Amino acid sequence: MRNIKNEMKLEFLSKSANEAFARISIAAFASQLDPTIEEIADIKTSVSEAVTNSIIHAYPNKEGIVKIRAVLYEDEIEIEISDTGIGIENVNEAKAPLFTTKGNLERSGMGFTIMDNFMDNLKVESIVGLGTKITMGKKIKKIKDENTY
Amino acid sequence: MNVKHFIEDKILLFEFTEELDHHESEKIRKRADYEIQRFMPKKVILDFKKVSFMDSAGIGLIIGRYKSTNCYGGNLELVNVKPKIKRIFEMAGVLKIVSIVENIQGQTG
Repeated sequence: MRNIKNEMKLEFLSKSANEAFARISIAAFASQLDPTIEEIADIKTSVSEAVTNSIIHAYPNKEGIVKIRAVLYEDEIEIEISDTGIGIENVNEAKAPLFTTKGNLERSGMGFTIMDNFMDNLKVESIVGLGTKITMGKKIKKIKDENTY
Repeated sequence: MNVKHFIEDKILLFEFTEELDHHESEKIRKRADYEIQRFMPKKVILDFKKVSFMDSAGIGLIIGRYKSTNCYGGNLELVNVKPKIKRIFEMAGVLKIVSIVENIQGQTG
């Protein structure tokens, strides 16, 4: 069992104005682990991707609730982003680079690729009609390069 | 977003001042396409100097503006792209169709 240092939860309506709110909130919480600017940027981008997915894809014709739970461990942040939307039929297909069902909205199909690249681990669980849960973790290195100070 | 028209050279410059996420991109897209259709520029320059955040919505925004600029026979160039943002473009292969220019001095001066 890993030792939990801190934990937080956040719930908000699936409005696009909340994309910035969500990523800034998680970045502020993650700052307790003393991450680098790079690490914070990676977390912000990944949270933004997952939250945007819920807003655009999970609730296409109505508003719903997006939930975030973040847990801080000694050297890692784990973030869960979940919705109770329409779900993803084929997760592997959705994760493929450049795959999108919303090309008409100028979506690039790079969301999962970015999360995969910027975080250390990524898990996507989805049930059609029930919703989707993204779990992603990022190690925050304790030993920083002395030269950066 | 600040918009600058260089009438003699038919250059249109968009200086992004907001965070390029899905929420902001929708608004930028409408304004940018309105300007492109109206001005029919030979070249559109997208200035990233003031962009502090970008996610995959930025990729869609750039590819979309590449298409609308191309529609009128114009070229699209990106300037002042920070390494973090460049990495996202590289991941999506955007730089195969759009070029990053290091210096815009002389073109718009």
